[in-house]
Amino acid sequence: MREKAIVTQVDDAAAAAPIIEMSGVCKWFGEFQVLKDINISVATGEKMVVCGPSGSGKSTMIRCINRLETHQKGRIVVDGTELTDDARNIGAVRGEVGMVFQQFNLFPHLTAIENLMLGPVRARKMSRKDARERAEFYLERVHIPEQADKYPGQLSGGQQQRVAIARSLCMEPRIMLFDEPTSALDPEMISEVLDVMTELADSGMTMICVTHEMGFAKRVADTMVFMDAGEIVETADPGTFFGSPRSDRCKRFLQQILGH
Amino acid sequence: MALLKPGTVRILCICTLALFVTGCSANWGWYVVDPTTKTGMSNLMFLLGGLRYTILLSVTAILISIVVGLLVALPGLSNNRYLKLFNRTYVEFIRAIPILVMILWVYYGLPQLGNIQIGVFWAGVIALALSDSAFQAEIFRAGIQSIHRGQYEAAQSISLNYTDTMRFVILPQAIKRILPALGNQLVYMLKMSSLVSVIGMQELTRRANELVVTEYRSLEIYTILVLEYLVLILIVSAGVRWLERRMRADERG
Repeated sequence: MREKAIVTQVDDAAAAAPIIEMSGVCKWFGEFQVLKDINISVATGEKMVVCGPSGSGKSTMIRCINRLETHQKGRIVVDGTELTDDARNIGAVRGEVGMVFQQFNLFPHLTAIENLMLGPVRARKMSRKDARERAEFYLERVHIPEQADKYPGQLSGGQQQRVAIARSLCMEPRIMLFDEPTSALDPEMISEVLDVMTELADSGMTMICVTHEMGFAKRVADTMVFMDAGEIVETADPGTFFGSPRSDRCKRFLQQILGH
Repeated sequence: MALLKPGTVRILCICTLALFVTGCSANWGWYVVDPTTKTGMSNLMFLLGGLRYTILLSVTAILISIVVGLLVALPGLSNNRYLKLFNRTYVEFIRAIPILVMILWVYYGLPQLGNIQIGVFWAGVIALALSDSAFQAEIFRAGIQSIHRGQYEAAQSISLNYTDTMRFVILPQAIKRILPALGNQLVYMLKMSSLVSVIGMQELTRRANELVVTEYRSLEIYTILVLEYLVLILIVSAGVRWLERRMRADERG
């Protein structure tokens, strides 16, 4: 079993400076408040798993971190850059943050390797040769180098999601966000994606994962976050979280998803 | 070559056969375009000579209208109120002008605005392109709107800017979807180019009109005209369909 340190409590000053900090973040969709006073702090290298019932604001919360959603109140600081309307700041943050989506969102008209190369070539101004080398390296890392020249439509769901992970890694981000990466997959393909995510976690990547895969959470997470109705109800290390959750809402949720 | 499909060939055969049968009736006088006689041949060549201008006119106009249409469509997709307003105004205003009226306005009206001289060809191109651009704008808007939001989000998450997102992610997918509609517009444009005959453009219709005036055989000459458009458009349709198949071949497993 890996040692589970509560990284937020490490007193070494450098490690303690959070790479992601959300304080007092609120967001409304019209009249409906989706995020209520969200406060989280993620240290470099920390793995945070966010769970909670659907509609609890988990996805919205992590989408705020790379500004796919805008927050209306509070502060979000990513690696020293505060997210405001300033396009330069948004660009800087997106350069540091990779995102993996539930629906993969691969570009269907490009082959796997072209999907990977597009960001490095266009946004990072890399030469096509260097970008191809980097893309091949990351395809290798997600264990599908042989699928490089296939189109997304020719790949299985698990392979598509691994290509999507590799596409994000090609931008060499310091933080990876996963928005229910296995929810759209057939059961037999979930483990191949979780394996890749576990390897990524072991390599020291800072990660926030929204997922209901509790086995993965137990294995990988430094911090568990439970959200319900737009609030963070509980934040704890996995041992405490699964062993003795404090709130009733969290207990009930865990019973439901671990119960079967 | 995939351009001449059995279906296309069949349609042409039926038309030729129909012509042959009707040609036997006493009311027809095919001598006017009989390639075995000297005048017949020169009449025929005169008619076919218009093909060049019809094609040149339509293709130039459609290329311009696609570019203008895209440039009008993009502001319509922004969140800015004024950009949207520009898009709506352009589309509604241009779409309301009949093509013939547009041609007359550009050729006879516009030069009086300043001291500009516009030739027949460019007047025709401008009028056709303007009229068509409003429709192209709507086609592009629909195509771009049909692309799932996740594609934009994925592009943003790998730091692509707006131009790159459009150029490498959204438009290639959108164009594939609107290809049938673009093909439609090209066919429409080929037909509408006949209207430019009213300002004296020497394209297919104008030449047919001129020949009818001297030869008095409107039935045969206009039948040839119909066939010229038919062949042209069948070729274009086959070409568009070939392009669609080729673009689709990519993604299928």
